[in-house]
Amino acid sequence: MSEIKSIAETEEEIVDEFSLFDSWDEKYEYIIDMGKKLKPLEDEHKKDENKIKGCQSTVWMVSELKDGKVYYRAESDAVIVKGLVSMLIRVLSGHAPQEIINAKLDFIDKIGMKQHLAQTRSNGLLSMVKQMKLDATVYQAKAGMN
Amino acid sequence: MVNSASLCLCGEKMIQTLEHTAFDVQAIRQHFPVLNRVVKGKPLVYFDNAATTQKPQVVIDALADYYKNYNANIHRGIHSLAEEATAAYEATRDTVQQFIHAKEREEIIFTRGVTESINLVAYTWARTNLKAGDEIIISGMEHHSNIVPWQLIGEMTGAKLKVIPVNDSGELIMEEFHQLLTEKVKLVSVVHASNSLGTINPVKEIIDAAHKVGAVVMIDGAQSTVHLDIDVQELDCDFFAISSHKVYGPTGIGVLYGKRALLEAMPPFMGGGEMIKDVSFEKTTWNDLPYKFEAGTPNIADTVALKAALDFVSGIGKATIRQHEDALLKYATEQLQSIDGIRLIGTAKQKVSVASYVVEGVHPQDLGILLDNQGVAVRTGHHCTQPLMNRFGIPGTTRASFAMYNTKEEVDVMIAGLHKAIKLLR
Ligand SMILES: Cc1ncc(COP(=O)(O)O)c(C=O)c1O
Repeated sequence: MSEIKSIAETEEEIVDEFSLFDSWDEKYEYIIDMGKKLKPLEDEHKKDENKIKGCQSTVWMVSELKDGKVYYRAESDAVIVKGLVSMLIRVLSGHAPQEIINAKLDFIDKIGMKQHLAQTRSNGLLSMVKQMKLDATVYQAKAGMN
Repeated sequence: MVNSASLCLCGEKMIQTLEHTAFDVQAIRQHFPVLNRVVKGKPLVYFDNAATTQKPQVVIDALADYYKNYNANIHRGIHSLAEEATAAYEATRDTVQQFIHAKEREEIIFTRGVTESINLVAYTWARTNLKAGDEIIISGMEHHSNIVPWQLIGEMTGAKLKVIPVNDSGELIMEEFHQLLTEKVKLVSVVHASNSLGTINPVKEIIDAAHKVGAVVMIDGAQSTVHLDIDVQELDCDFFAISSHKVYGPTGIGVLYGKRALLEAMPPFMGGGEMIKDVSFEKTTWNDLPYKFEAGTPNIADTVALKAALDFVSGIGKATIRQHEDALLKYATEQLQSIDGIRLIGTAKQKVSVASYVVEGVHPQDLGILLDNQGVAVRTGHHCTQPLMNRFGIPGTTRASFAMYNTKEEVDVMIAGLHKAIKLLR
């Protein structure tokens, strides 16, 4: 039986991957690579209501609930941001709303991205996390009503 | 060329003399402690000078000296410290007057910076002098702080905003300006040098033409004051705005220059202490210039330290600094142009040392992050000039802006960093 990894397990996996890098150059290279590999979002989703504010760059994010799990897809016009989003998606996508709401996401800190990205940019990262949790909260609330 | 500079700190507490034969950038760098910083393991290359310049030791010392030795509230006290603090505060006014060649010291009003200076004029002169049907001319390359106050005043008074368009090189289209300039125009407010493009605007021509139709002219000197010789009498502008932090001085302090006759006729901006002559519940009378516009306890420490900054700049000589910065800009421009897929935004004939660029297929934010990773501080984004970015059809640029302490070697670091970043990002 192949278990899907828990949020914490994926976080740990990313922290392990980053521990292999000696320099910031390598870390960025890796993030950029992930950014480039992120599946593009269809144009129809790139509209204002899917935009996440708080970044110099634009992030569009959509989510859906399938069989009780939340799935996210996103894109950005900036590659590094796209790499960061892709990590967040890898960690959170495919989990139940409650798990997403509870996720600590301290991998961001552990891989050095929270301190490393200047305040203005890390706000962008934080607003992405906020939006993802907000979506999960909405799904949770809807499920509660049914 | 021999320059001897007397750097005089408040209250004749310290006198330092600099002797330069030619411009010695390494000697200049010694005055700026922050330039010893290491960022991301690399020596700091600070190219965000149009946002704010770094501070020389004399400015840092002046701040500390004030708080350590003669901190007191000014003007009202009769004790010694209050007298010393008042003298130092007022000495800065004299220095500013000389720095921009104002006719009278009373025409120098201390504000928090350009933003407050423009708002002061908007909420006093413009609010009381403009009415429906009047027009205000600004330019297409204004900082948001020279757009939004006029929009707000426009809403209050019914005055309309007109905009001088910008050509592909980032210069004002002066024929269009002369077309816009009718008898309806009561105010023209333009930036002397653009923070996003570096363009130096022909403000003398603008001022003279505006005066012919009876309009008042405000000049945003945020970027020009540090690079160009400013003579407000020769320019004949009615208002001129300065931010200290862009002229090697502290943050939180700035200047509004205004012609006496206009300032006299304007109502106060803020009410409170210091700005009044007599207060009763029936009638309050205003203090004389400049105090009418300096309500409350002012930013004494930063004002005092601003003098140290201006003396420092004057001591080296703006012409000498400008020569150095122009050479850097020329070198950086050539180097940037040699990079494949780069587009310079702002190629005016007359420029201050600002190099703005976009790289095909690369987002400015990505460039900014990767350059920071090399220790290079540049600014990315719209630089508070969104309408200008729209004019060029771009969301923003990467901007390198140079100061007296920057070097050719630092430009090389940026160029190498760019090559590396572009290779990764494309
Ligand atoms: C051209 C221009 N005008 C106005 C301002 C606003 O100056 P401050 O924020 O110091 O008030 C700036 C600062 O970036 C500027 O570059």
